Amino acid sequence: MAERRREILIDPVSRVEGHARISILFDERGAVSDARLHVTEYRGFEHFCRGRLVWEMPRLTSRICGVCPVSHSVTSARAGDDILAVAVPRTAEQLRRVLILAQWVQSHALSFFHLSSPDLLLGRETRAAERDFFAVMRDNAEFARRGIRLRKWGQDVIARIAGRRIHSDYAIPGGVARPLPERDRDIILDGLPEAHNTMRQALDIMKALLETRDGESEMAGNFPSLFMGLVGADGGLEYYDGHLRIMDAAGNILADGVDPRGYRDIIAEDTEPWSYLTFPYYAPLGRDAGMYRVGPLARLNVCAHTGSPKSDHELAEFRQRGGGRGPEHHSLLYHLARLIEVLFALERIEELLIDPETLRTDTLRSRAFSNRTQGIGVTEAPRGTLFHNYSAGSDGVITHVDLLIATAQNNLAMNRSIRQIAAHCIPRADTDVDERILNRIEAGIRSYDPCFSCSTHALGRMPMQIEFRTEEGRVLGRFSRTPR
Amino acid sequence: MEGRMSIGSIWLGGCSGCHMSFLDLDERLFQLLERADIVFSPLSDRRELPDALDVLLVEGAVALSGQAELLRDFRSRTRTVVAFGDCAVVGNVTAMRNHLDLTSMLRHTYGAEGARMGHDPAHHLPAMLDEVLPLHRVIDIDIFLPGCPPPADLIWYTVHELLEGRHPVIDEKRLRYG
Ligand code: SF4
Repeated sequence: MAERRREILIDPVSRVEGHARISILFDERGAVSDARLHVTEYRGFEHFCRGRLVWEMPRLTSRICGVCPVSHSVTSARAGDDILAVAVPRTAEQLRRVLILAQWVQSHALSFFHLSSPDLLLGRETRAAERDFFAVMRDNAEFARRGIRLRKWGQDVIARIAGRRIHSDYAIPGGVARPLPERDRDIILDGLPEAHNTMRQALDIMKALLETRDGESEMAGNFPSLFMGLVGADGGLEYYDGHLRIMDAAGNILADGVDPRGYRDIIAEDTEPWSYLTFPYYAPLGRDAGMYRVGPLARLNVCAHTGSPKSDHELAEFRQRGGGRGPEHHSLLYHLARLIEVLFALERIEELLIDPETLRTDTLRSRAFSNRTQGIGVTEAPRGTLFHNYSAGSDGVITHVDLLIATAQNNLAMNRSIRQIAAHCIPRADTDVDERILNRIEAGIRSYDPCFSCSTHALGRMPMQIEFRTEEGRVLGRFSRTPR
Repeated sequence: MEGRMSIGSIWLGGCSGCHMSFLDLDERLFQLLERADIVFSPLSDRRELPDALDVLLVEGAVALSGQAELLRDFRSRTRTVVAFGDCAVVGNVTAMRNHLDLTSMLRHTYGAEGARMGHDPAHHLPAMLDEVLPLHRVIDIDIFLPGCPPPADLIWYTVHELLEGRHPVIDEKRLRYG
């Protein structure tokens, strides 16, 4: 604390899913000494789920997050499959896969069009009152409409399969609740050409932006870290099954073929008194060297290929950005990675849906009682690897819950990003801190598309405030972004 | 209602699902923007509290220190406050921690210091309330819109009625929890 001369507080961070604050600390020479992302709520799912039945868990844990409810419910059902010790019928697995991919589509569309496009299209010079998706809808209606329709398509796929868009009762331990009618399958497929078209345009726009913003990307969170994601048996991009792969900043594979059930052997978690969100790290290297990232950028870094032509083509181009020598580090590239993943999802959804196996109506659920005392489910959620780990008694009553959520796994890296951007933008104590600098710092966080709902979330005092304090914490002055 | 309607939305203790259901209005969002302005929302960077709002949607329950004050402040500026979704209406999943001991929960997750989480101003964290409260325990509510989340069609009906200057009727036909 002795070095704290001055502190900047951004509260709340806007246009993320759930709320957070950012503070930036300075040392006595006036240089940035630390930056913190404060995640401001804890919701206690791990505690109040104890005593519930394993069959209830998918619809209960779905309520962790309204942005990616399918990821939680399917991952929970997978942990349930494990407790029942059953093999899930192939049709049910394929339908669960389509759901997860549709979730990627709608969630990535939300991230790109609804949340980030105001930064990307309107520019950071735009006034706060004019910088949101509603402004994009007004000034760039065609682009906005495409984004809305892409998200709608993803949500519609989910609704046609699972019965409703948000918080369905569809995924259950052992399988799924209902077959997919052929008519609905056909309607979904009919929407694919438009979705591809939208993606083509979005990719062009994003690539053009990366060209013109080269200098800027240098300060948008560009640093080495480890990366983790699921890959299939052949090293290809995987999201439902498979094993964990961990890669270092130079592209060396540190661990491969890790059975996801053993995730607690390789991932440890730290806590800080200034955030309700924990700080997972790769245990063998310790907290500093073990900082890893998950999600679209990490998945595209660790996989050998996507296994589908269009997205593989984009992946090859993506890898050439850094000269193809190793993993990409720019957090700004998360945006591009997200778009490539949407392309992958569209390709895979088509493959899965034209397979007649997906339409079978006979076996959709394997029934059993509780056969194991522990069950672990893992999938790739839109924001990264998601783990649900339950213990249950022979009656199926849950006795212990451990959730490891994607956004938490990016916590160390998000803090590093803020610090890097802050140090770059505020080089000296007397640097004028204006709205543009704060926007940059926030945009750096948004590139991760963090979802604080997933573990937590909250609303702080609404107006943005910046406080300057002495090392004793005495407030020297306040600056509000929009003074009242 | 004369002129353009001003709409705001905030989220307290919930999962963002109600706001996602609002986005599920899809292309109807264009229709909405023809007649209304979204002047305050988690989707926007605008941070000034508007002096007067016609409609405020509140997702989530009151779960943290500071939220009750914020809610009262918004109430005083707003004509029609909507308890938006089951968490806002009855507490729902957010309130499922109410029967648990907060201190031991925090200790379990954050270690020995856990019980102090949220109580040191230098850490910029709000404290968790012992009891999560549905909105009507803190402020007067004009419209209860249940559902986890309320379906987009119900949101559309509600907003549309308000635009037409009518009070939406959430009768048995439309009432659905969960
Ligand atoms: S009512 Fe349901 S959808 Fe809305 S915030 Fe609460 S849990 Fe989420």
